Amino acid sequence: MSIEIENIGKQFGSFTALDDINLSIPSGELVALLGPSGSGKTTLLRIIAGLETPDSGRIIFNGEDTTDRHVRERKVGFVFQHYALFKHMTVFDNVAFGLNVRPRDSRPSKSAIKEKVMELLRLVQLEGMAKRYPSQLSGGQRQRIALARALAVEPQVLLLDEPFGALDAQVRAELRRWLRRLHDEIHVTSVFVTHDQEEALEVADRIVVMNKGRIEQAGTPDQVYEHPANPFVLNFLGNVNLFHGRIPQPAQGERKTVSYVRSHDIDIDRSQQDSSSLSAEIRHIQKLGPSVRVTLTLASGEPIEAELTRDAFQNLGLQQGEQVYVRPRQVRVFVEDYQI
Amino acid sequence: MAAPTTTYTGKNNGNHRITEPAPVRWLLTAIALAFLALFLALPLAAVFSQAFAKGWETYLAALWEPDTLSSVKLTLITAAVAVPLNLVFGVIASWAIAKFTFPGKNLLITLIDLPFSVSPVISGLIYVLIFGRQGWLGPWLDAHDIKIVFAVPGIILATIFVTFPFIARELIPLMEAQGKDEEEAALVLGASGLQTFLRVTLPNIKWGIIYGVILCNARAMGEFGAVSVVSGHIRGSTNTVPLHVEILYNEYNYTAAFAVASLLALLALVTLVVKTVAEWKVQQQLERE
Repeated sequence: MSIEIENIGKQFGSFTALDDINLSIPSGELVALLGPSGSGKTTLLRIIAGLETPDSGRIIFNGEDTTDRHVRERKVGFVFQHYALFKHMTVFDNVAFGLNVRPRDSRPSKSAIKEKVMELLRLVQLEGMAKRYPSQLSGGQRQRIALARALAVEPQVLLLDEPFGALDAQVRAELRRWLRRLHDEIHVTSVFVTHDQEEALEVADRIVVMNKGRIEQAGTPDQVYEHPANPFVLNFLGNVNLFHGRIPQPAQGERKTVSYVRSHDIDIDRSQQDSSSLSAEIRHIQKLGPSVRVTLTLASGEPIEAELTRDAFQNLGLQQGEQVYVRPRQVRVFVEDYQI
Repeated sequence: MAAPTTTYTGKNNGNHRITEPAPVRWLLTAIALAFLALFLALPLAAVFSQAFAKGWETYLAALWEPDTLSSVKLTLITAAVAVPLNLVFGVIASWAIAKFTFPGKNLLITLIDLPFSVSPVISGLIYVLIFGRQGWLGPWLDAHDIKIVFAVPGIILATIFVTFPFIARELIPLMEAQGKDEEEAALVLGASGLQTFLRVTLPNIKWGIIYGVILCNARAMGEFGAVSVVSGHIRGSTNTVPLHVEILYNEYNYTAAFAVASLLALLALVTLVVKTVAEWKVQQQLERE
């Protein structure tokens, strides 16, 4: 089912959580709402779910205006950051909840519910856990049960609020790969909120980058990574270095520019290669598993960060305090007043 | 091999433990226990020993006296009305306060606390001022032949007022700590408001409710000040158990006074046990997050 978001605005007191948001989510896609905390991404998700009412604008499911429809009639599945499993119910009763609360005439029979729950537990690979209580499960297992519970009502839209936020790094990586596979299997239109750029790049079909209640850019992971619309997107998706410069313009004289270079787009050499090479001094070396982060200062005193593979670093044999040359491979220039 | 081991244990020879020296710990514990014995256990023991001073038969006879029985009956009726009313109010108020935001929320919280900050005697006086013969509604009530002050309704009203905060005060922090994620999850899954309350909220606050009810009940049965003002002390008619104890005592009928008082002491002990169990269960429920 497709979702259209039209001119949605939301205000919390004097704080603008969402400012005239327009977005269309095609049927069957897995979309990530990516942004820093306070960017309005969770508010937007909760408005889509019906847990929050917008001050203005419309939410349209499959061409049908659902703005005023109650959350219980929207047929959405919602997965909470902290699972929100019913603590006093077994895993089975948790997953069956959405079916058990239906009015008698539309409620499936006991055996049908049992079959459905077992099928979902198989889908999330936790068949053996039906009789356990949430407190007896690990974080990753709880989140998978929360997902099974959301899927039990056969939602038209699946909404996930920082679904992996409360898990440790390894489980998180595992679970997001699993979510991607699951989505390829069941193809329900899904929207998930995250502040982790890596997660968004890895899992989503499309990424919507949000900041201060606005959408900065929406596109495929490749589009937003390779062709960021503005410095915010560029900065949010990876480490960048800034170079300040000027462009002479006939009408207004000079205009200030800012050039951005991703830290892994910087080469370090021992000798000057061409005119784009800049002399710099190595200040600090930090080894981060497969890569090495080198902090340098340019002759002008500006700090710069480069990220090398461990191989390249060892081949060069760099030492702290050394004089070297840096050369940016790919530079993006934005002519505007923008401060990081 | 042996040498490093020795240095290791040598270094940790109890010097680094973060605790007070044994004599200090013993002294503090002893002071606490002595205080408890002197101010809590001793009076309790005194009540029972005085009650049974003249043997079982006198004890039972004192309880079987018609005025005593009527005071017990009145106390039970008062608690039976006040506790359920405050239960309903407490659950509704804490549900509203913990799960929703609305204008006037802070005012409501302050009002719930009011009975705690007002002296019970003043609580009683309020009812005399409103419903008494010289009170605001006095003439109207007189004209319609309705008796509130110096009658059972006044006692019940004063008790409700005094025990008003117990259940709500217990439930609000509990429900706030549990958040509203589970309720939202239930709503998204299609549950109605009532289903959400019965199937999700209520099981989560079950032990908190029991805790609140038992404290509310203990206070409702044991309240003296407020009830004393509105009761009028009519023997066999508007005397609750605590008031009856006072009357018996003032009549130098010590054995009877202590016998009736032992009923209240017994109630206190039962309350204490149930409260401990409920407290432990609430803690468990919060830890299951």
